Amino acid sequence: MNFLSPLHPPLQLCLSSTLGGGRMHLPKEGEIVIPEMGFQISSPSMEKKPWIFKTIVDERDGILGMSLNLGKEVKEVKSFVGGGNKRMAGSLAGFLVLILAISICEAASIFQPISDSHRSAALDLFKPADGSFGSLEETYEALRTFEILGINKKPDVSTATCGTVSKALGSSSSTPKDLFDALRVNSILKCNINAEVFEGIISRLQAAVSGASSLLDFYYSVGSLGLIKDQTSKADLHLSDAEGIFRSIKALSQSDGRWRYSSNNPESSTFAAGIALEALARVVSLASSEVDQSMIGTVKNDILKLFDSIEKYDDGAFYFDEKVVNVPEHPGPLATSSSVVRGLTAFTTVATGSLNLPVDKILGLAKFFLGIGIPGDAKDFFNQIDSLACLESNSVSIPLILSLPSTVVSLTKKENLMVKVNTVLGSKAPPLTVKLVRAYSTSSKDTSIIENKELSFDPERVVYFLDALPDSVDVGSYIFVFKVVLHDSEHKDVYVTGTLTHVQIFMTGLVKIGNAEIAVLDNDLGSIETQRKLDLAGENAVSLSANHLQKLRLSFQLTTPCGSAFKPHQAFLKLRHETKVEHVFLMRNSGKKFEITLDFLGLVEKLFYLSGKYDIQLTVGDAVMENSLLSDIGYVELDLPEAPEKAPRPPPQVVDPYSRYGPKAEISHIFRAPEKRPPQELSLTFSGLILLPFIGFLIGLLRLGVNLKNFPTSSVPAAFAILFHVGIAAVLLLYVLFWLKLDLFTTLKTLSFLGVFLMFVGHRILSHLASASSKLKSA
Amino acid sequence: MARSTSKDAQALFHSLRSAYVATPSSLKIIDLYVGFAVFTAIIQVVYMAFVGSFPFNSFLSGVLSCVGTAVLAVCLRIQVNKENKEFKDLPPERAFADFVLCNLVLHLVIMNFLG
Repeated sequence: MNFLSPLHPPLQLCLSSTLGGGRMHLPKEGEIVIPEMGFQISSPSMEKKPWIFKTIVDERDGILGMSLNLGKEVKEVKSFVGGGNKRMAGSLAGFLVLILAISICEAASIFQPISDSHRSAALDLFKPADGSFGSLEETYEALRTFEILGINKKPDVSTATCGTVSKALGSSSSTPKDLFDALRVNSILKCNINAEVFEGIISRLQAAVSGASSLLDFYYSVGSLGLIKDQTSKADLHLSDAEGIFRSIKALSQSDGRWRYSSNNPESSTFAAGIALEALARVVSLASSEVDQSMIGTVKNDILKLFDSIEKYDDGAFYFDEKVVNVPEHPGPLATSSSVVRGLTAFTTVATGSLNLPVDKILGLAKFFLGIGIPGDAKDFFNQIDSLACLESNSVSIPLILSLPSTVVSLTKKENLMVKVNTVLGSKAPPLTVKLVRAYSTSSKDTSIIENKELSFDPERVVYFLDALPDSVDVGSYIFVFKVVLHDSEHKDVYVTGTLTHVQIFMTGLVKIGNAEIAVLDNDLGSIETQRKLDLAGENAVSLSANHLQKLRLSFQLTTPCGSAFKPHQAFLKLRHETKVEHVFLMRNSGKKFEITLDFLGLVEKLFYLSGKYDIQLTVGDAVMENSLLSDIGYVELDLPEAPEKAPRPPPQVVDPYSRYGPKAEISHIFRAPEKRPPQELSLTFSGLILLPFIGFLIGLLRLGVNLKNFPTSSVPAAFAILFHVGIAAVLLLYVLFWLKLDLFTTLKTLSFLGVFLMFVGHRILSHLASASSKLKSA
Repeated sequence: MARSTSKDAQALFHSLRSAYVATPSSLKIIDLYVGFAVFTAIIQVVYMAFVGSFPFNSFLSGVLSCVGTAVLAVCLRIQVNKENKEFKDLPPERAFADFVLCNLVLHLVIMNFLG
């Protein structure tokens, strides 16, 4: 358990995101668990991350708050638990775990260029299976990423992939997209493809271009032709009607700079704009003669309009997003921005003349791609790296990124503040000077501690550093404002550096802990009974004893290296009884002095009248305090009165705090015990007895001389009589079935049919009998 | 005195029997049927007294089936009896149809309740 270690430098924050384009997500496992007073960071990827946290305990309201501050100037995350529960507030055990679903803002203005962590991530993400990367598109993405990142140890897939490429190129059933992907892979792998194969494809593609109607048709066929031209050094490969094709692609554009996929699709898309720009660039490069400048001018105008719709994050990152969300396969901000950047770079390479794009938006796009960190998805990774490569080589303006290897400077070790300036892919920047415009404390924004200082350059490590901090710089957090000035005035047109970069820097140092003492006081007079000096930096083993009429006082002073008062984020006193019941008290300060007086008379109830030995533990911690401590001071033997009957009981203590989150005890269901049933013989006997009255009934009938003489003799009434009895029997049988297996609905349905039948035949036979008897009477 | 009482009782029973012999045989059948139903109910009650009333719904439906049948049979007897001037206009066939219908409805409920 690592308690507030300032040696753990709050550095840059590059969290990998599994969501394409989303920049502000923790990795899935990035949950932070805070057991008791310490920190446990459960995510391996979080372990190297900086963290600063602040706990707020309010004993009156019983609110525990925690703000977690990851990295630099950041959004504070507050989470409150146990509101209104006084006991919870008293005991930090009440918030053993705080899982913060944090959405962290990327370090406000610090973006790290692509580094070796990206290279190792690329090798992890693009892993060939069975000698290939899957489809040709995926293969291209993998190979292109390796090429940009300059990875030499890449897996060798050329044999298998070249086979797939030549198969795709040789097949007559390949679509323009297949050809395009195959040619893209071939542009990297340079497989040995027969010249005749290309001839065949060229004629097919030329036909496809002239017959194309949708944007993607143009993109793939024109793109394939362009790739063939690059790969075969065929100088005479031209589009027959370049201007016509240019016009038909341009005809799909919208007034706001976005493009439609086809003329019968009214939805316009930013993603399509990127594709269209790329296709137009290919058309221009394939044109046999110069394309009309006015048409290129209108496309440039479209690009400027497209950049008006760019969106912005608070930290200076710019990105494109699709406005229409209900499109199937909505590309997301990363893919959209990536598409636009590719299109923009391709078009500006072929188009002559300047394009007055706002440079801060180019830099903002670079920040957007860098701000993603390391994407967890291969497609996102490719989009990020490819776009950054486009930005690095574009002809409009190349972004330069200012980054800091460490945003923590230890005053004790006399560390220098170092700054790096690189291009987005981490290569060397042109000669330049980094100036520290001003630096100010986060608590007092108006007073600068340093102003207008030029940083020295270390050519060996390629870093700019601030040699000496003024003595007035104390521990704490500061905002440093940097400015990059290019030496060469020619470079000022090529590179874009941004105006000012604000960086939060933590100055850490040793905080002097002095005049630490612990004393037992008499309640009424306040006279000191026992007093011990403490050396909080070393070991202490104080043994005190007190009763409920006395007080315990603990006090110490905190002084920064510059001699001013220091207020740490955390200052807690913890009393732990032998039975593991814990009580946490917040230390309050007045100036330099921290003091707490525990009046046991008022605390007896809170201490649950538990007499005996209490261990005393003191916590003083802060992110900028290099000697944060969690020290056991000793113990106090308390003699408290007997608990009255109605006193609250101490809460049951959890042996292992983590067991609370373990599996719960299995719940076994108890069913009601079955009723006692009578012996079977008895039941059977009575079932037999039931027959006795029936037999008696039959005997009685015989003795009465019952006969069936009244049964109708003529055939029709006889048939109705039989049907009547059969009907009654059927209804009774239905009832038996209802009892045994049928449900009420089926029974009622059947009964309604049987009932109607029974009514009919019953009516017929009974009216027949009635008429017969009335005839008899009258006769 | 005692002798005269038993004699009186004998005379009473004798007159009752001679009067009953004159009852039409159809009514006698109904009486027999009522007796059969009541005895069946009594046997069930005795059974319950032995073993307890655990499947109480079954016991109730069994007894009520018998009692209900007996009551319906008594109703039939009242309607069929020619001495009852009140039902003089009602043909016995109509009364029998009512009896059958009521029995079917009663037993539908009984079966539902039997469990």
